[in-house]
Amino acid sequence: MTQTTLTASKMPAPRSSFKNWIGVVPFFLFAILFIFLPSARLFIGSFTDNDGRFTFANLIELFTQPYILNSYLLSIRISAVTALGGGIFGFLLAYSVTVGGLPKPLRSALITFSGVASNFAGVPLAFAFVATLGRTGFVTAILKNVFGVDMYQAGFNLYSFLGLSLTYMYFQFPLMVLIMAPALDGLKREWREAAENLGANSMQYWLRIAMPVLLPSILGSMILLFGNAFGAYATAYALTGGRLPIITIQIGAQVRGDVLHNPGLGNAMAIGMVFIMAISLAGYSWLQAKTERWLK
Amino acid sequence: MNATTRVRKFPFWSLVWFILGVLYFALPLYATLDFSLRMERDVIGFKAYELAFADDEFLKTFGYSMLLAIATIIVSIIIIVPTAYWIRLRLPEARRIVEFITLLPFVIPAIILVFGLIRVYSSPVNIPFTEISLLQPLTNFKVGTNILIVAGYMVLGLPYMYRSVDTGMRTVDVRTLTEAAQSLGANWYTIIVRIILPNVRTALLSGALLTFAIVVGEVVLASFLGVPTFGPYLFLLGQHRAYEPAALTFTTFLLTWAAMGIIQLVTGGQGQTTGAH
Repeated sequence: MTQTTLTASKMPAPRSSFKNWIGVVPFFLFAILFIFLPSARLFIGSFTDNDGRFTFANLIELFTQPYILNSYLLSIRISAVTALGGGIFGFLLAYSVTVGGLPKPLRSALITFSGVASNFAGVPLAFAFVATLGRTGFVTAILKNVFGVDMYQAGFNLYSFLGLSLTYMYFQFPLMVLIMAPALDGLKREWREAAENLGANSMQYWLRIAMPVLLPSILGSMILLFGNAFGAYATAYALTGGRLPIITIQIGAQVRGDVLHNPGLGNAMAIGMVFIMAISLAGYSWLQAKTERWLK
Repeated sequence: MNATTRVRKFPFWSLVWFILGVLYFALPLYATLDFSLRMERDVIGFKAYELAFADDEFLKTFGYSMLLAIATIIVSIIIIVPTAYWIRLRLPEARRIVEFITLLPFVIPAIILVFGLIRVYSSPVNIPFTEISLLQPLTNFKVGTNILIVAGYMVLGLPYMYRSVDTGMRTVDVRTLTEAAQSLGANWYTIIVRIILPNVRTALLSGALLTFAIVVGEVVLASFLGVPTFGPYLFLLGQHRAYEPAALTFTTFLLTWAAMGIIQLVTGGQGQTTGAH
């Protein structure tokens, strides 16, 4: 009897796999209209010259026009510096609240704060840093009045490479904390005990066991931070007003008005960015997959 | 010997890193707060906040941002929940491609997205291969730009919303729930609205709050599409005012904190982060 009720209440078998796809049509329609179509337009545009003919000239110009190449390099440099700096500092912070021996409440406080800070970007972040490290900023004033150090006299400038990097760090290292804390939790206590039973000291444990396990995760996260900084526009624009010509600022100028007098070249700049972002995301997911062999 | 063991027990370096981290977090916020309270000479007061909140432009633009955030959240839920549900129930073979699409916004920064949207939708929408136009360019009229900006915000929030909803559905057994509802005679609309939605409400709330955090201060899409929201207003205010922008900056921070705090609370620390700047 139970047998029959069971079969009766079973779901009707999927009618046909084609019909089932109708259920996801709205999603695909949305993706086509607002993700694929815009990307495809930029992609095709980057292979089109001013008369609408096919050309590679735009892509070649990315590498031959010095100011475009320099914008890419500047963006890459600032992203690499903040990914490395934010990555190392974020790792140390994540370490301190996980295996570093700090009390539990500090950990949840840090995680919550990291969630906030990694979402705190753009115009408000730029203003906050002007109030902190600007010419009349809070820290600038303290250093000058209390310690007698005039940062701006010493050559510091918030609206420079260093200043923008310090600002980016505000959303970079919290992101690292959020990714690394679970990874550090994945380090098994047994590994440490086994190493110590075999006579390893703390340094040997970290260098020979913990680091090799964590390394893919650390590198992957840093690549993610790289992409995070590489795509940033609003923070840099609000802080420097476009004086620091990173690639997003250049593209922004191209969108506002065709400053290059060559729409195709503007498209190519955008596609070049997407290409770099895609590589970094692929690198991240590859390294993440490697991490999962040991952690989780 | 005793000294070295004690040094090893006490997490000295952990504490150093932690304090440095707290300083990095707190100093810019404290500096902003401090500055925003000093509008009147020699007095600590909320003058800047009073002036900022009383500004008609602020109320208008902030209200507009709120409205866009709500529209984005509602349309996202309408599109994403049935999709995630359908994939779990009937179409597991679509999982990989849909997950791939939800990751694309990580590869396409906001500035590129708005570039592409403007390129595509600043020309009239034609019937393919003809010159017969169905719709004038979306960028040319108000409803059109509003559609574009909501769609753009949906794209920016897509990875978080989708993952949030998908994780939520993993924890409830959608198949059993569906079978139970069907055996009681429920139709698809009833199943999704009365059974599935309430069961993933925590996930929806955290996805919605993340979307809210993205939209409320967003400036790239808004300024390039010419939509008068809070982000561009704050930017312009910063060009010719000093104290009011600081007050609004601190307010924005509190709002972000409220959104993240609620997520932490409802998900028990399983919340995610954005990272789209």
